[in-house]
Amino acid sequence: MTRETILHPTRRSLLAGGAAALTAAALPRYAQAQSSEPIRLGFQLHRTGIGAAYGRWYERTALAALKVVNEAGGIAGRPVEILFEDDATDPRRGAEVVEKLATQARVDLIFGPLFSHVVIGSAPRAGELKIPYLVCSEGYHVASGKLNRWTLQPGITDVRAQVTAMAPFVTENLGKKVTMIFPDYAFGHDHRDFFTEAVAAQGGEVIAQIAIPPTETSFTRYFPRIPRDTEVLYHVMVGPAVLTFVKELGEFYGSGAKPEIFGFIDSLEAVDIASPGLEFLEGSHFWEGQCRMLQPDASEAETFYRDAVGVDANGAAIEDPNNVSCYGHMFSVWETLFAIKEGMEACGWRGPQDRQAFVEAVEAFTDMPAGRERPQGAKVFNAKLHQAFGHQFITKLEGGKLVKVHETSIEDSLYESDVDYTAMSF
Amino acid sequence: MRMIALHLAVLAVLAALQFVLPAYHHTNAARIMVLATYAIGFNIAFGYSGLLSLGHALFFAGGMYATGLLVDQGGWQPWLALVAGPLAGGALAAAVGLLALRTAGPAFMIVTLMFAQAFHLAILYWGRFTGGDEGFTLSGAARRIGAFDLADPATRYTAAFLLFGAAMLGCLALARSRTGRVLVAVRENEERTRMLGYDTFRAKLFALALSGLISGAAGATYGLMFGYVGGSFASIQYSILPLIWVLLGGAGTVLGPLLGTALMFYLIDWASSVTTASQFVVGAVLILLVLFAPRGLLGLVRDHAMRRLP
Repeated sequence: MTRETILHPTRRSLLAGGAAALTAAALPRYAQAQSSEPIRLGFQLHRTGIGAAYGRWYERTALAALKVVNEAGGIAGRPVEILFEDDATDPRRGAEVVEKLATQARVDLIFGPLFSHVVIGSAPRAGELKIPYLVCSEGYHVASGKLNRWTLQPGITDVRAQVTAMAPFVTENLGKKVTMIFPDYAFGHDHRDFFTEAVAAQGGEVIAQIAIPPTETSFTRYFPRIPRDTEVLYHVMVGPAVLTFVKELGEFYGSGAKPEIFGFIDSLEAVDIASPGLEFLEGSHFWEGQCRMLQPDASEAETFYRDAVGVDANGAAIEDPNNVSCYGHMFSVWETLFAIKEGMEACGWRGPQDRQAFVEAVEAFTDMPAGRERPQGAKVFNAKLHQAFGHQFITKLEGGKLVKVHETSIEDSLYESDVDYTAMSF
Repeated sequence: MRMIALHLAVLAVLAALQFVLPAYHHTNAARIMVLATYAIGFNIAFGYSGLLSLGHALFFAGGMYATGLLVDQGGWQPWLALVAGPLAGGALAAAVGLLALRTAGPAFMIVTLMFAQAFHLAILYWGRFTGGDEGFTLSGAARRIGAFDLADPATRYTAAFLLFGAAMLGCLALARSRTGRVLVAVRENEERTRMLGYDTFRAKLFALALSGLISGAAGATYGLMFGYVGGSFASIQYSILPLIWVLLGGAGTVLGPLLGTALMFYLIDWASSVTTASQFVVGAVLILLVLFAPRGLLGLVRDHAMRRLP
């Protein structure tokens, strides 16, 4: 029989002691693993479907922002990963992607979608799963109050704010009698309703509203409906028929007198402004979320962002001048990632148990100053609406270049609303 | 008897899966069962009766919008609105059938497609009520049927299972009934069936209305289960999808729609995880299917192993 002493331990006590020592040695490592394990963010990406042109630039912007964040130490010292999942720009698949990212990939939160029908189709599922869902969507659906406490939009302004801010410029500089041409679905209807209201508030008048069915491929028959006394033609067409639309509009007016033309850059995102057939737009004005072409007064933050994403002075990919970006919208991805960083650091993010605290931390945002985190410009976050408000840019096409002629203030874009997400339960 | 046992065994497996599936697959299974119900509806028209419709999104979305609008804007009780969904799908299918069934073959495809497109555009046009392409979300209260909350995963799974079970057993009963055999006869040789004294127009109208009713039930349930009603469900894509599911699983088989829907769901899910060219993978699989199993997977099984598979 072997007697156990400190100097002569038995084999069993040695094994037990060894196991205890190993456990003890592993404990600090585990504790460290918890504090340094990567933060995993899910990205709902329009890689295929009608949003694909935006999707590839949203992915590129997200990766550029991720690199900057990680090089600067990540979020609260933890590295950050992004998992991209294609939603095919389809609301059903969008909800499935939210499900997949949340319950299978177990990401901490989800961000990135643009198309409003995908956002509206996915947001209920994000609310059920109680996972923060930060959208880069521009539509009026977040601020309208129709979604839920878990859905936030801190990185881009909404259509209602955009048109409210720009109406004064249109009525004061271009004309007071406006004819609107817009696609006959929800995005176009937001423009129709809110721009008409905003123009009336400025003493102007929308004298005709021409809705184009989304399946239309030729527009010639709609142009005779533009009243003769139209001073400004407001267009916000999207999709592959845009080039045809502009070309046929040019043929309709020919070289004769034509009204001032004001359009949303949505009409020409990812399209080279120098494309044949677009010459007609020379001299017309555009709304841009951020100026596609590098302006002489561009801030250091803007050029830093442009370089980081790899966009040249004309708004195209550095490696391929024909690959034109969605510059007017894609900053929202960059700014949303930095808003996530700020929100997580403000709430002392540890893991999914802090999701509610994260939403509350974002709701506590007020002034969001300009800087590398917000290269598009300063913003103010309205917690009740879960919506950021910011500056808008109006550019004029001169000599094939989009030149900035006006920047609205944040106050220009504010509007009254009864919506209060903070009063909703989680 | 063996065949009935096989189908009951499938239902038993689906019922048991509820307790073992991890969260992600649990919800996927619920989705798949509701979409497979839609495919069963389509299969009654296409697989059993030979009516290749390209407008079934009309019936699916018709049911979804009837229930969604009634509960959201009409203030109806969710259970009552849920009953209205299939009725709307069936009524739309009967109305379309009265006109479209005067045609056959490619003309039938075009006419049904035309009706579905008109419905899709109507949803976009009356966006003030329907939410247009964006659609609208349903509140928590709109998704509670009595004490049952469809936002709860277990309740959702059970609801999907009950819907699918009813549709599958109904389809099985139909396939084994006299009416079912008449439908197959119409599919195989309509002229001869008519010559034998059957009213083939009535048979086809019945098949299309039943198909629309089941599709409408699936659409209504899908809307309530996931809290969203949207115009994309009325687009042509949702007329093509059940065709693909049924072709993959096996047209004219009771279990084919479930198999096809599940396989296609997970094929897309898997492919999008491993490659950015997921649609290419899906396309390649469909080409292989056409080349090597033109009757679908269960069609292949029926041809080689289980000749009496309904």
